[in-house]
Amino acid sequence: MLLVDLATFLVQCLNAVQYGLLLFLVASGLTLIFGIMGVINLAHGSFYMIGAYLAFALAPYFGDWFVTRLIVGVLLAAGFGYLLEWAFFSFLYRREHLQQVLLTYALILVFEELRSILVGNDVHGVPAPSWLSGSFPLGELMSYPWYRVFASVACIVVALALYWVVNRTRLGMMIRAGASNRDMVRGLGIDIRLLYRVVFAGGVALAALAGMIAAPLSSVYPGMGGSVLIICFVVVVIGGIGSITGALIASLLVGFVDTFGKVFFAEYSGVFVYLLMAVILVWRPEGLMKRGY
Amino acid sequence: MRGLAVPLIALAVLLALPALLTPYTQDLVVRIAIYAIFALSLELLVGMTGLVSLGHAAFLGIGAYATVLVSGDAGASLGKVLVIGIPAAAVYALFVGALSLRTRGVYFIMVTLAFAQMAYFVAHDTKLGGGSDGIFLYVKPVIEFGGTTLLSLDDRRHLYYTVIAALVATYALLALVGRSRFGHALAGIRVNEQRMRAAGFATYWYKLAAFVIAGSIAALAGVLLATKDGAVNPELMSWHESGAVLLMLILGGIGSLRGAVIGAAAFTLLKELFQAEALIGPLASHWQLSLGLAIIAFVALLPKGLIGLRARLTGAAHG
Repeated sequence: MLLVDLATFLVQCLNAVQYGLLLFLVASGLTLIFGIMGVINLAHGSFYMIGAYLAFALAPYFGDWFVTRLIVGVLLAAGFGYLLEWAFFSFLYRREHLQQVLLTYALILVFEELRSILVGNDVHGVPAPSWLSGSFPLGELMSYPWYRVFASVACIVVALALYWVVNRTRLGMMIRAGASNRDMVRGLGIDIRLLYRVVFAGGVALAALAGMIAAPLSSVYPGMGGSVLIICFVVVVIGGIGSITGALIASLLVGFVDTFGKVFFAEYSGVFVYLLMAVILVWRPEGLMKRGY
Repeated sequence: MRGLAVPLIALAVLLALPALLTPYTQDLVVRIAIYAIFALSLELLVGMTGLVSLGHAAFLGIGAYATVLVSGDAGASLGKVLVIGIPAAAVYALFVGALSLRTRGVYFIMVTLAFAQMAYFVAHDTKLGGGSDGIFLYVKPVIEFGGTTLLSLDDRRHLYYTVIAALVATYALLALVGRSRFGHALAGIRVNEQRMRAAGFATYWYKLAAFVIAGSIAALAGVLLATKDGAVNPELMSWHESGAVLLMLILGGIGSLRGAVIGAAAFTLLKELFQAEALIGPLASHWQLSLGLAIIAFVALLPKGLIGLRARLTGAAHG
């Protein structure tokens, strides 16, 4: 009996980590875009949605070449982000927060409607590649799907790569400098517009990657971007705006609270994440990591 | 008194309107008036105090849900609905405000959004509020005195005048707040909170009071909205609704009560237009697209709203 409970516990822990890591991919882009450019991007959830639909659209062409599919999707998303920053977001930097909120809110309406015109409003399943379709046994009764393991590992690899880029490269140096003092970076003669464009494209690519990885787990459906966006706001608020480490800690916290909330109090599970945020705000109004790495 | 002329003329027109309107247009005016109350309540936060809340729909929703839950199968008096609905929202506003006002700027936007979402999930996921389908309001609120029904909100004209009266009361209340010492303190906080604190004002409590008042007025709009629609559902509290009411403010022009009313009218009519198949044909089924593009155009071209348009036109004429 105890063993079964332990296995259940383990499975839930794995689920929590996997969910938290996916959130981290979306939230890290959100926190960077806010921290560096000072733009509140409500449309960030749409990029997650776009990634998921991209996975759905690309699936027939790539078959079992799943990793290739992810890479192609990420490149497409990054290109899209680059263009979008040039065409739309670059005009938002000097606007007030309120106007940014409204303009990106409008952008969500546009994206959702375009999605409905292009793909329709049905729920679609996205197949996991056949080489990841099985599951491995955990204890006597439980098993855990390989695809979820793959999702977690992929997220960890991306998170490590992100850590490396931010902490060990020249680009990362500029990003960190931009997050702590935008005007000084501009004053030092760094091409801030290019930096913005690259960071934005990166954020879009990360959110889309999360969507692509999540697509086989959750299937793709209208409005999937909205729920992720709100949870990612919670993550960013808990972690502290502009902090990637904060976003990582907060994502995992939210992942655990949400998963175990669902296990113990199914009906009220939606509330716990927000209570967590409330508690942390009382303790630290500016998030766990205030502008630090 | 010059500033009162336009609102008074508008009021006279509104009072005369039911004699002239078809039921459809009368409903549309009621809808606009309810959203005007909702937008006015947010104007107290955004325009007068400088607090941008993206979770205001929670209070609208609490007012609406309270109406339906209090009425039950048997119905209830308007007084009972208001006495329970508005304090319920005020208590939640006190909780949300006490926590979220510890933060500022962009954090405040995100935190209010998150707390509204929490209310949304309670309505959406629990049996309390009928889940994602919502609940019907079977018997609309009435005012009875000694056995005779003085006012029944089931009656279209009674509802119309009740809503207009609520709008006038809200407008007058906020106009008074704006002229009061309290209102001046809020304006001071908007312009320079640091200085207000240095001048000895406990700014946190002023902001909290504004937050609770705004939440209570939004609940009034919620009570009226549930009564008008005869049903509630969780979408009332969704962040789309919170975004829409912010949009009304910016459409009309932030910083004036009139702007909030004009914005509510403009937004409701715009949405109606984009959904009208008779007017714009097959595009109507994709109204979100037209609405989204219209919002982008509006915010980009008219950052000061429709109120600012007149100033801009006259300004251009003068030189």
